[in-house]
Amino acid sequence: MTIYLNKDSKIIVQGITGGMGSKHTDLMLQADANIVGGVNARKAGTTIELNGKELPVFGTVEEAMKETDANVSVAFVPPAFTKDACIEAIDAEIPLLVVITEGVPVQDTAELFAYLDGKKTRMIGPNCPGIISPGESLAGITPHTIAGKGPIGLVSKSGTLTYQMMYELRDYGFTTAIGIGGDPIIGTTHIDALEAFENDPETKAIVMIGEIGGDAEERAAAYIAEHVTKPVVGYVAGFTAPEGKTMGHAGAIVSGSSGTAQAKKEALEAAGVKVGKTPSETADLMREIMKSL
Amino acid sequence: MEYQAKELFAKHGVTTTLGVVVETAEAAKAAAEKLGGVTVIKAQVKAGGRGKAGGVKIAKTADEAYEYADAIIGMEIKGLRVNRVLVTPATPPVEEYYFSFLLDRANRSHLCIASVEGGVEIEEVAKTNPEAVRQIPINALEGVTAEKAAEIVDDAKFPAELRDQAIEMVQALWKVYVEEDATLVEVNPLARLEGDKLEALDGKVSLDENASEFRHPHHADFEIREEADPLEAKAKDKGLNYVKLDGQVGIIGNGAGLVMSTLDVVAYAGEAHGGVKPANFLDIGGGANAKVMADGLDVILHDPQVKSVFVNVFGGITACDEVANGIVGALEILGDEASKPLVVRLDGNNVEEGRRILNEAKHPLVTLVDTMDGAADKAAELANA
Repeated sequence: MTIYLNKDSKIIVQGITGGMGSKHTDLMLQADANIVGGVNARKAGTTIELNGKELPVFGTVEEAMKETDANVSVAFVPPAFTKDACIEAIDAEIPLLVVITEGVPVQDTAELFAYLDGKKTRMIGPNCPGIISPGESLAGITPHTIAGKGPIGLVSKSGTLTYQMMYELRDYGFTTAIGIGGDPIIGTTHIDALEAFENDPETKAIVMIGEIGGDAEERAAAYIAEHVTKPVVGYVAGFTAPEGKTMGHAGAIVSGSSGTAQAKKEALEAAGVKVGKTPSETADLMREIMKSL
Repeated sequence: MEYQAKELFAKHGVTTTLGVVVETAEAAKAAAEKLGGVTVIKAQVKAGGRGKAGGVKIAKTADEAYEYADAIIGMEIKGLRVNRVLVTPATPPVEEYYFSFLLDRANRSHLCIASVEGGVEIEEVAKTNPEAVRQIPINALEGVTAEKAAEIVDDAKFPAELRDQAIEMVQALWKVYVEEDATLVEVNPLARLEGDKLEALDGKVSLDENASEFRHPHHADFEIREEADPLEAKAKDKGLNYVKLDGQVGIIGNGAGLVMSTLDVVAYAGEAHGGVKPANFLDIGGGANAKVMADGLDVILHDPQVKSVFVNVFGGITACDEVANGIVGALEILGDEASKPLVVRLDGNNVEEGRRILNEAKHPLVTLVDTMDGAADKAAELANA
């Protein structure tokens, strides 16, 4: 099994006619994702041909869901319009909403998170590579050629580290790899993904990748100690990052001692998680675990 | 900086005294004369603890204002050079309070922190008497209404005679937070002055760059160029995500997480090579074309500390052949200016073609290494040569 996304997922793309939207819809189709249409209010009623498939463009998410039975939406909408696009999808009760857009103002995301309370939608992102269940489906921008299906579950804040780790462990493969995004506020956390992987019988072990800033890894460590029985291997980026400087991700800010890579590593190790110093060492730790299972 | 925070306070109706920002001791004297009476001369840098560092002085006369400004301008506070001071009328507080709105990552919402005990010494109060530092969660959809503001003021136990003023100020500060897309609005101290007047004596505002780009273009005016590192300023002009560090191995990579990881791997590798360290963070993002690569190399090669450069790219969406062409093209653009050894590690999408391009180009400065750890080791070795 996979988490959140499988071969039966029917995917629509919000912003399918834009540059990013059309490019990645094409790539998702190449990964055999079941893309059933897109949304752009100004181009409703038209179609767009991508990877040899004629896709209908709808005016709203609600209409697209009614016509296609879609249960996943991937949003490639510019940051100024992301909040409204997400609210539209949440109002339409899409079960899974994957927000790829980078640069969404954090107050917009805070509003979205409050809006999600009591609703039927799970949001992944924003500012994330999305989710891939290799061999089954892709909702996002993760290259589908890196690794195939296998017994490992992966959850990561960082996009390129997701790719790097999938590449390192391509000899084993993944049930699902999910990039949750590095923004200060995100819809789906390490803990959510850990819970889903714990409950997925096909996932035998979990890799968790974090980076400096915030205390999501520390909270994940506490969750693992309490609720996760499967082996977890961790990696944290940013040991050498100087305090008080932002390095790319809005979330990757170190201020004071809390949120440092060292603190995260210690918290994870205290929860029984083996933490690698580098991506390749982390992959080796996972290989040892897989051999012993 | 304080004076910029106060400008935003004033814009949204928060009671504060703007004062006069000056860059010379002469101008400080003139400002003190114009304001009359006792003034405060305050260093304007983006750092806390200015008072303890000697960057805040009370001047009884205009001549004293000159003297203090002369001493403060040019001093360093936490490594930052003071280029300007703020001259304000001295308004000694009767009591000092603390107030802030900030992003609450753990609860994925906003938080208000308020205390009527201590202003400047708030961190001390938080340790010794945590109950006195109130933390009130804010619902991001509801925001701070008049009712919520009253709840905050009552929870923090502001004096009854200041209640109405405090409620008004809390709402005005929330306006600063929301309307400017801030991630922090802090007033410290929030002062009770003679005559029971509430005023923001000092403050700090952190703005969300994501929102500034399309909602608040005027926020760009708050950037003060001369304070930035010259290499960082150059990188910013070229639209690069670059942070200068203290080390010898220049780093270029794609994706913030991978680049941070690269810094770590280089630092570990450096332990075996005379302790060399990463010289910078540079994330060239997804589109690693020749122009971006050339811009990145241009910045890094002009860092006099840099002895070698490590280009670490995982081809996700960007194919490795494009990256390889980018490196070759960048070296052509730079010509003789490219003078330091480059260690390149490529993996991922179309890696064979990328490696073939670099092998065929046979550039004397370029070494291709297959793994991230191996490449980091090579780059560290070259930096220690």
